Amino acid sequence: MTTTKSKVVYSPVFTDGAEFRIPTFKLLKQDGSLYKGAKAPKLDKEKALRIYRSMVTTRILDERMLAAQRQGRLSFYMQCTGEEAAVIGSTAALDDADMIMAQYREQGSLVYRGFTIDEFMNQLFGNELDYGKGRQMPVHYGSSKLNYMTISSPLATQIPQATGYAYGQKMAGEGHCTITYFGEGAASEGDFHAALNMAAVHRVPVIFLCRNNGYAISTPAAEQFAADGVAPRAYGYKMDVIRVDGNDILAMYEATRAARSLAVEHNRPVLIEAMSYRLAAHSSSDDPSGYRSKDEEAVWREKDPILRMRLWLESKKWWSEDDEKQLQENMRREVLETMKRAQKRPPPPLDSLVSDVYDEVPPALADQFEKLKAHIRRHPDAYPKSAEHAKGGA
Amino acid sequence: MTKMNMLQAINNALDTAMAANERVLCFGEDVGVFGGVFRATSNLQQKYGKARCFNTPLVEQGIIGFANGLAAQGSVPVAEIQFADYIFPAFDQIVNESAKFRYRSGDLFNVGGLTIRAPYGGGIAGGLYHSQSPEAYFAHTPGLKIVVPRNPHQAKGLLLGAIHDPNPTLFFEPKRLYRASVGEVPDEDYRLPLGEAEVLKEGTDITVLGWGAQMEVIEHAVEMAEKEGISCEVIDLRTILPWDVETVANSVLKTGRLVVTHEAPLTGGFAGEIAATIQERCFLYLESPIARVTGMDTPFPLVLEKEHLPNHLKVYEAIRSSVEF
Repeated sequence: MTTTKSKVVYSPVFTDGAEFRIPTFKLLKQDGSLYKGAKAPKLDKEKALRIYRSMVTTRILDERMLAAQRQGRLSFYMQCTGEEAAVIGSTAALDDADMIMAQYREQGSLVYRGFTIDEFMNQLFGNELDYGKGRQMPVHYGSSKLNYMTISSPLATQIPQATGYAYGQKMAGEGHCTITYFGEGAASEGDFHAALNMAAVHRVPVIFLCRNNGYAISTPAAEQFAADGVAPRAYGYKMDVIRVDGNDILAMYEATRAARSLAVEHNRPVLIEAMSYRLAAHSSSDDPSGYRSKDEEAVWREKDPILRMRLWLESKKWWSEDDEKQLQENMRREVLETMKRAQKRPPPPLDSLVSDVYDEVPPALADQFEKLKAHIRRHPDAYPKSAEHAKGGA
Repeated sequence: MTKMNMLQAINNALDTAMAANERVLCFGEDVGVFGGVFRATSNLQQKYGKARCFNTPLVEQGIIGFANGLAAQGSVPVAEIQFADYIFPAFDQIVNESAKFRYRSGDLFNVGGLTIRAPYGGGIAGGLYHSQSPEAYFAHTPGLKIVVPRNPHQAKGLLLGAIHDPNPTLFFEPKRLYRASVGEVPDEDYRLPLGEAEVLKEGTDITVLGWGAQMEVIEHAVEMAEKEGISCEVIDLRTILPWDVETVANSVLKTGRLVVTHEAPLTGGFAGEIAATIQERCFLYLESPIARVTGMDTPFPLVLEKEHLPNHLKVYEAIRSSVEF
């Protein structure tokens, strides 16, 4: 039994979906003015500035922390550079109580929600104040109070989880939804397809936000899929879809605001494909010069989403040269100060090695831990991070 | 008390859990109106509605991904994988996600409410892909609990224990016993403890250890051995992870001999883990090498499944060999 009322033909007619050309939603030109006929979303000054400050903060954090990685102060880092509008514009359109299940390049969402620079630094340096207790590589942030699910490295696993989380929100009936972020590369994973299909079948209030930034590490989008991007897949699941200029903060905000309304008020999951460009390397371990040209990067540097928003703010007289200078200076100083502070803090205690595997430490693991502590006590010089902690116990 | 088979006991456990807590949800392939291919979820959709008991699309990685999200949100999902043989598309979601959710977030988030039910094991002419016992793959993953019941009473109590346990739990059901195993089951909500083995019969000469459908096999083997005057102590491990080392070690300290039996292949099977731990704990007390009676190191066969399986004769022989060593 099928739900499609299909027209019948009497010769083999193939279709390739070419008739479905998905348009790109844009509002803001690079010079900060609106396209002809475009209408800016309702965005008051306070919220607009919260968004802009978050974008600038994210950019500065990324610049400083990549530099710190290059200086050897940090083992690893990943930048959001170039995609700040796609990430922050969409997060800003949500309720702060909506759940975010991100991939790993969405620190801008956390900045917007109010994660402090101290909180970022504690995770990046894996010190005793890191919520994740120093267990995960840098940039694997999480915050229960800000409704930001802790990042896990495996790609796309968060996507069906978002469908499940949102199903639970629908059952709870409190009018919340979940947004999940992922790249166009992760959209090739089976979990992506499972998640979208299940969300459509069960009418789940979830927003799938694909950051199509052109590259999965070195693999260009053209080698990731033959189709017109990721967006057309939504048709196959009978899901609402929109493609947006990911460097256009106003379009990202407005598209996500409308998507949230479909999700929460009508239980219609939505796929948003944000067209952008990963201006930075994939991670601090990657060197893009091996797979793309400086010329290509320069084209996209011209489309900087932060500059575009700044020009719009200035056109509305909401932002000035002085404001910009002050924000830049303050943020750079704060990042440097907090970095120094976080770096000096001690590592998590030794028992964080065995806690949280289960709700309680099972007996066999407790035995292993006692043996480890005894070993460390015999060789304290070999374990400077934990020799002090190993002193207690049997 | 009501006389039930194992399927009825499982169905009764799910019914009990759903009645007690509206956040308990049951879903999987064919789980909805049909009640599952084995009928373990019969009438639950009719009783609790389509929002709480429903079919999912045919995608195991999606089912467990969805279940992880639900559990993280605070719901209590009981996801069914139709056969344990088909759990592998969900391996990533279970091993990299469910098992590590609490640890990687520093306990900001957890999926402790998650229970995954899956029928496992051979003896039903199911061939390669309706017969496997995959517990050892998952036993290598800290953060999971793995439970296997041996009869209807245990099935209800352990499943309710698993659903209420604050850790993600795999619940492998011996499908050969679904209808074959019948017994008295309490009508009320009762929860058997996870992580505790049960000594079913005390003895002095040898300890015989297994779980799930193997307990019935052990029972027959032990009857044969006892007729020859060998006093057997029988233990049902019940929870594979984390397993009850103390109960098994204390038994072997007393008997000096151990036979472990499971259907899964020998190499890398969980009996190897038990043998390694017990020889550490009981080395000077052992009277004979620890014996493993398991499936062979082959894919699960069809026509020759009887030859492949560790039946009561093979377990009996192992008991004899150990005692005569």
